[in-house]
Amino acid sequence: MSVFSALMVVLSRKPVHSVLYLIFCFFTIGGHYLLLNAQFLFAVHIIVYAGAIMVLFLFTLMFINMNKELEPHKTNLLKGAATVAAGCLLLVMVGVTKGAETLTANSSRNDVGTVANLGKALYGQYLLPFELISILLLAAMVGAVLLGKKSVE
Amino acid sequence: MNSILQYIPLNYYVALAAILFAIGVMGVLFRRNAIIIFMCIELMLNAVNMLLTAFSTFHGDESGQVMVFFIMAVAAAEVAVGLAILVMIYNNIRTVDIDELNKLKG
Repeated sequence: MSVFSALMVVLSRKPVHSVLYLIFCFFTIGGHYLLLNAQFLFAVHIIVYAGAIMVLFLFTLMFINMNKELEPHKTNLLKGAATVAAGCLLLVMVGVTKGAETLTANSSRNDVGTVANLGKALYGQYLLPFELISILLLAAMVGAVLLGKKSVE
Repeated sequence: MNSILQYIPLNYYVALAAILFAIGVMGVLFRRNAIIIFMCIELMLNAVNMLLTAFSTFHGDESGQVMVFFIMAVAAAEVAVGLAILVMIYNNIRTVDIDELNKLKG
């Protein structure tokens, strides 16, 4: 399901359809987080990606008004080259991991994804990166507002 | 409360992440619309996030999930700034086709 919707993101002609397929793909990835016992990440993923980022994309698309298909596609040669390049990359990645021996799960803990455990790690061991990331987000927000503003002549 | 990793091998998650990443790369090379290229970058980031989460659950170590959290924050910042730049570009030259954005070409 994830693979199908991700393919449709790339292949669909209209940008709005691409965005909708991407939302679907994010939800399927969120389902994987749930299966992996990462409840906190699931919640954050749904809120941040499906909520915030996709709304940003949709809003920009509406703002630019690109619903009509104004994008002339690349030539078939370029398309073929892109597909072959991505296929080679996939082949290399799968080939590299093919030879690795299968590890056996070496932990009996299966509660690492809960909010309590992640919170302890986030505010204990990773306190400094956490604060830095908040500064980065603030700077990005200010920068986005400055860029989005009409330039003053 | 068992995770899915007790039922399927970890290699499947590696393969799935590789496939998603390759699709993202293909999209970046394939499309000309800059917004869709941004979306493909998000796709690649998501593939990496999922792999990190899978390994983190596999090893029972929460550092991987904390890293995923940081990656999400960075991705949000990147998308905000990138889309602002795109809107500005569109206001100036009325297109987001990357083949038209060749003003930097010497």
